[in-house]
Amino acid sequence: MPLDRWRGVFHDHASSSFIELLRRESPHLMPGALPGAADAPPEAPPHGTTVLSVRYRDGVVMAGDRQAVAGFQVASRRIEKIFKADEYSGVGIAGAAGPATEMAKLFQTELEHYEKVEGENLSLEGKANRLSQMIRMNLPAAMQGLVVVPIFAGFDEKAGTGRLFKYDITGGRYEETNYDAQGSGSKDARDALKKLWKRDMGREEALRAALEALIDAADEDVGTGGPDLVRGIFPSVKTITRSGFQDVPDDEVRRACEAILADRTRQADGS
Amino acid sequence: MPLPYYVSPEQMMKDKAEYARKGIARGRSTVTLECADGILLVAENPSTLLHKISEIYDRIAFAGVGKYNEFENLRIAGIRHADVKGYSYSRGDVTAKALANAYSQALGNIFTQDIKPFEVEVLVAEVAESNGGRNEIYHILYDGTIEDEHDYAAMGGQAEEIRRFLKDHYGEGLSLADALQLGVRALTVTQNKSLTERDLEVAVLDRTKTRRKFRRIPMEALGQLLGTAR
Repeated sequence: MPLDRWRGVFHDHASSSFIELLRRESPHLMPGALPGAADAPPEAPPHGTTVLSVRYRDGVVMAGDRQAVAGFQVASRRIEKIFKADEYSGVGIAGAAGPATEMAKLFQTELEHYEKVEGENLSLEGKANRLSQMIRMNLPAAMQGLVVVPIFAGFDEKAGTGRLFKYDITGGRYEETNYDAQGSGSKDARDALKKLWKRDMGREEALRAALEALIDAADEDVGTGGPDLVRGIFPSVKTITRSGFQDVPDDEVRRACEAILADRTRQADGS
Repeated sequence: MPLPYYVSPEQMMKDKAEYARKGIARGRSTVTLECADGILLVAENPSTLLHKISEIYDRIAFAGVGKYNEFENLRIAGIRHADVKGYSYSRGDVTAKALANAYSQALGNIFTQDIKPFEVEVLVAEVAESNGGRNEIYHILYDGTIEDEHDYAAMGGQAEEIRRFLKDHYGEGLSLADALQLGVRALTVTQNKSLTERDLEVAVLDRTKTRRKFRRIPMEALGQLLGTAR
């Protein structure tokens, strides 16, 4: 039919999507369930532990510890869990490290691909929804034990504020107003943030709250790694503001961690 | 069944080439210049929304002249090629050479097999990673002919005259402002009007940027750059 030649153009909503392109042209590269495996892998693969995000005056802070565990073993002490998704957003990953890193990489490519093809960025809402669809795609793998639950945060240029989103394994997407944490130490981190979060926090204060929460999580959760003074490994911390996604320098994180630990040492009464 | 008329292959190719060349000659031109910090792309394009120059990948840019829908198709195909390759191997494995070859194959096939050839010329530029490295500029014609260019390249209706002008005036190690001014002068060489920032689309593959080197130069900055060079 000659008409079909051009009609398809209007129905092809997915033409700006990298994921749809990959599904169409290289389906073997799509992440997903392990073929032929009905149950969880015999040995637990490395899992990332705690990531969190805090909203503050200029935008959002994202932070994560640097440890991955496989069962009761440390799988990595230097894993990176906070990824730049694009200029104005980031994704923090918790859960099975392999699929989670892959998902972050696919998400980055998806956003960049859309931006290049369309000539403009997706809205923050659009990015959050896209990530939710990717988590839903991962559901069969999640049923095999490869659960991935990220946190997504960014600066909404239209609204002029930071926003953050949490997810569940079915791809359910929930916007959080002020802070959230994800991963094995998330309950402790969230409890800490509940007490520490204040309206209109400045950068310093928000950084400190994020690090305090991570240190608390490391204290209570065996999977979460605290600041490692011996090896010089500190949590990775990023800020996303009007001026984009920025790394907080290691030096600044180290100084903030040392200050928190010194305060705690002073107040410790042996408990 | 009526017998189709016989047309000799030579005549058919000649007709197609003439058709494509005429289509391209109607459009406005684009100039590409190597400068101290990267590669500058300047197009005469009064539209701020429909682009002739665009980003393909970290160090690779695309420029097209001729029929918009046709080079837009090629541009998107290029982005797809680059993103899939970069995702399945690594970002460093995406090269302008492979992309230029793909364009050459596609345009060559369309030219010989389709009734109507594409009325476009495209250019693929890749900026070198470090200062000592070599930039790559590939120019692909409507029939799939591929040329690698150095220092400068021109496409579009007045390409011949522009190339002649640049041959006489181009020097190595131009600053961004000087390269821009030279590019604009080259675009006006066959016209007797001058071009302002409103008539131009300008982008640069800026070696000093991290990862994504492509940067559009917005209209205000363009006005300033043209002002300082004057």
